Amino acid sequence: MIASFIQRAVMQGIPLLFGSTGEIITEKSGNLNLGIPGVMYVGGISGVIGAFMYEQSFEDKADMNPFLAVLIPLLCCVFGSLVMGLIYSFLTTTLRANQNVTGLALTTFGTGFGNFFGGSLIKITNSDIPSITLSSTSAYFSKTLPFADNLGWVGQVFFSYSFLAYFAIILALFVSFVLKRTRVGLNLRAVGENPATADAAGIKVILNKYAATCIGSVIAGLGGLYYVMDYADGVWSNDGFGDRGWLAIALVIFALWKPKFSILGSILFGGLFIVHNYIPNIDVSTQEIFKMLPYAVTILVLVIVSARKKKEHQPPQSLGVTYFREER
Amino acid sequence: MTNNTAIELRNLTKTFGKVVANKNISLSVNKGEILSVLGENGSGKTTLMNMIAGIYFPDEGQIFVDGKEVSITSPKHAYDLKIGMIHQHFKLVDIFNAVENIVLGIDEGSYNLKAATAKIKETCDKYGFEIDFSKKIYEMSVSEKQTVEIVKVLYRGADILILDEPTAVLTPQEIDKLFNVLRKMRDDGKAIIIITHKLYEVLEISDRIAVLRKGEYIGTVNTADANESMLTEMMVGEKISLNIQRSEPVNPTERLTVKNVNCYNRDGAKILDNISFSAYSGEILGIAGISGSGQRELLEAIAGLQKIHDGDIVYNNPKTGKSDNLRDKTPMQIRELGVRLSFVPEDRLGMGLVGNMDITDNMMLRSYRKGHSMFLKRKEPKDLAEKIIKDLQVVTPDTKTPVRRLSGGNVQKVLVGREIASSPTVLMAAYPVRGLDINSSYTIYNLLNGQKEKGVAVIFVGEDLDVLIELCDRILVISGGKVTGILDGRTAKKEEIGLLMTKKTNGDGGER
Repeated sequence: MIASFIQRAVMQGIPLLFGSTGEIITEKSGNLNLGIPGVMYVGGISGVIGAFMYEQSFEDKADMNPFLAVLIPLLCCVFGSLVMGLIYSFLTTTLRANQNVTGLALTTFGTGFGNFFGGSLIKITNSDIPSITLSSTSAYFSKTLPFADNLGWVGQVFFSYSFLAYFAIILALFVSFVLKRTRVGLNLRAVGENPATADAAGIKVILNKYAATCIGSVIAGLGGLYYVMDYADGVWSNDGFGDRGWLAIALVIFALWKPKFSILGSILFGGLFIVHNYIPNIDVSTQEIFKMLPYAVTILVLVIVSARKKKEHQPPQSLGVTYFREER
Repeated sequence: MTNNTAIELRNLTKTFGKVVANKNISLSVNKGEILSVLGENGSGKTTLMNMIAGIYFPDEGQIFVDGKEVSITSPKHAYDLKIGMIHQHFKLVDIFNAVENIVLGIDEGSYNLKAATAKIKETCDKYGFEIDFSKKIYEMSVSEKQTVEIVKVLYRGADILILDEPTAVLTPQEIDKLFNVLRKMRDDGKAIIIITHKLYEVLEISDRIAVLRKGEYIGTVNTADANESMLTEMMVGEKISLNIQRSEPVNPTERLTVKNVNCYNRDGAKILDNISFSAYSGEILGIAGISGSGQRELLEAIAGLQKIHDGDIVYNNPKTGKSDNLRDKTPMQIRELGVRLSFVPEDRLGMGLVGNMDITDNMMLRSYRKGHSMFLKRKEPKDLAEKIIKDLQVVTPDTKTPVRRLSGGNVQKVLVGREIASSPTVLMAAYPVRGLDINSSYTIYNLLNGQKEKGVAVIFVGEDLDVLIELCDRILVISGGKVTGILDGRTAKKEEIGLLMTKKTNGDGGER
């Protein structure tokens, strides 16, 4: 049972890991993108639309090309979340709109966008239940390593995940490395800390902000896709994604803006999120209290970090501040 | 133009909205030379340098580097032209260490901090710098941070160095050290531009001196031919005759006595050093000093906004005849005691008014405690708003226009009008005419004079020495948090004030 708990915790955590890795990159450029829940939602529904179209073009689902069945939803998801990132960047960086307002607007927009197209697809299928099932596509997305089943609990804990899950972890490590050990990372951190300094040093502030926000959005969007295609077995139902976007943002704070910490953090959050299923004999209202745990832990971390006042553990200094070179 | 010219500026002009920051400025710097750019605050020194460093783009004019005309579009472009600027407010990332800050933005093949450290050490050894590479910037002292800034610029191979007020934050010993380094760099063939308003430093370090006044270029002199009084005159200009009616103080009595007041800022540096003076009813006491010498803190200390370390501020209440010590009282307590101080903060929109609220609402900020109903009475503040608009000729569509949309002068009138409406006994005004045109300025001066005639003790912090001399009965000069002199406004000479303003005091405000 412990092995299956860990497995579910990891699967629950992977969307959060995508979301928080994306948000960390974004925040390192000084952009506080509160639109991440919306971006992940759009990422999910875009993938679903792509997969739906592709599945619908076949009478017999067995004729589907496995490669295209994965690639089409993936590209749709990347495109959808990229557009969201571009909208955010254009509004906050080019037009210098307030970041918080823009982010919250994108979250509302993204959720509405997802529910609208989700509802439309459900209507097209004339389904009795309010959801669409893309089990053929999902089957390709959730393919696990072939030898996992033979390794007992080791296989279940370490090798029973799909390619996107491993990609999320590798990506988080890679982003950690880039931020810490490369010139690109140094420049990006400088932009988020002090854009005027970065600008005076000859770094292209606007370009960095755009790139970080868009790449961050694409990564976060993949979290939405993973949730639908793997965690939910290809079943899209409106509002099914729930609060995971906000959890991803909480995870950024929990991980102290370090992607490698958010790997462990995401599994912890995932575990806390589902732990109520593994405690026998509790009623629904108690379950809700357990679902609160990730947020409680985040508050606790904030309290501890604020008390220690270590500069390295603070958010980027210029987070949420728009930059204009000739400002006096 | 000889081959020896490193950089030449021709007719540079830069405006921000309606404010002309630089107007037709032309000057040049040779290789192996230190040029001082001298000017009062707001004379456009920093703006000019920012145009060379690619932060601002000039509206008009040409820049020549090594005899070729260039158009500097970005800081990176400036670096490519071997121009490096050390900004007054350091451009360093706090949570990075020295090496990370120095290599920031340079593209030199592989990213190898160890190799970079070795190279930086070479540069340091050449000029005699010391940097602790294990420290993060936020752990460094001001002087250490400045060293990192200079090394950063040198590491990038700059041949033209611009230093914006590098000595403002240093101790005298650190200044000596900095000057030695600068001389070494000059001997190395680099062109150095140093901005400062401290005359004795200018005379000590530079080869030539260019003077700016109110955004205009006044002239360049060789340091060998210059002396302090001549430079002061160039800086502050010829006496312009102003026509401010100055009446004799009627029956002056001591209203406010400041005794040996000391204050420290958050970093523990002394900002007010043993300040003592008296303000009398029916007179205008002017405060002159270079910006940041402690004027703001002094007013804030009197208003109860700045914690006083030791010393007393005694207020003689004209109604009760009693004396009260304002020290360690909150602004509200000061009001409740019947002590009325009206304060026009330097940052008029930041501290004085709420930009998004209309004139009536801003009036209410001062009167909301009056009355006992839970609902606000809008009639009186609205009448007051209308009276101010009429009396001070505020240009606004109506009382409902957000203050932020008014022009600077009108905002100022609203603020001063409100403060005067509370019929104060002591009126403090810091830079009340900053950014105003002549007519608006005169309206404000007349208002202050009117208050003086009503027997109010007026304290006026100003920038323009001509105005101080014309308007004030007495002028207190402050330098580095110390009072360096109290002069009679009727007999004071501008040069005299200028010298007192730049008078070197022990510690110079930077010592801890």
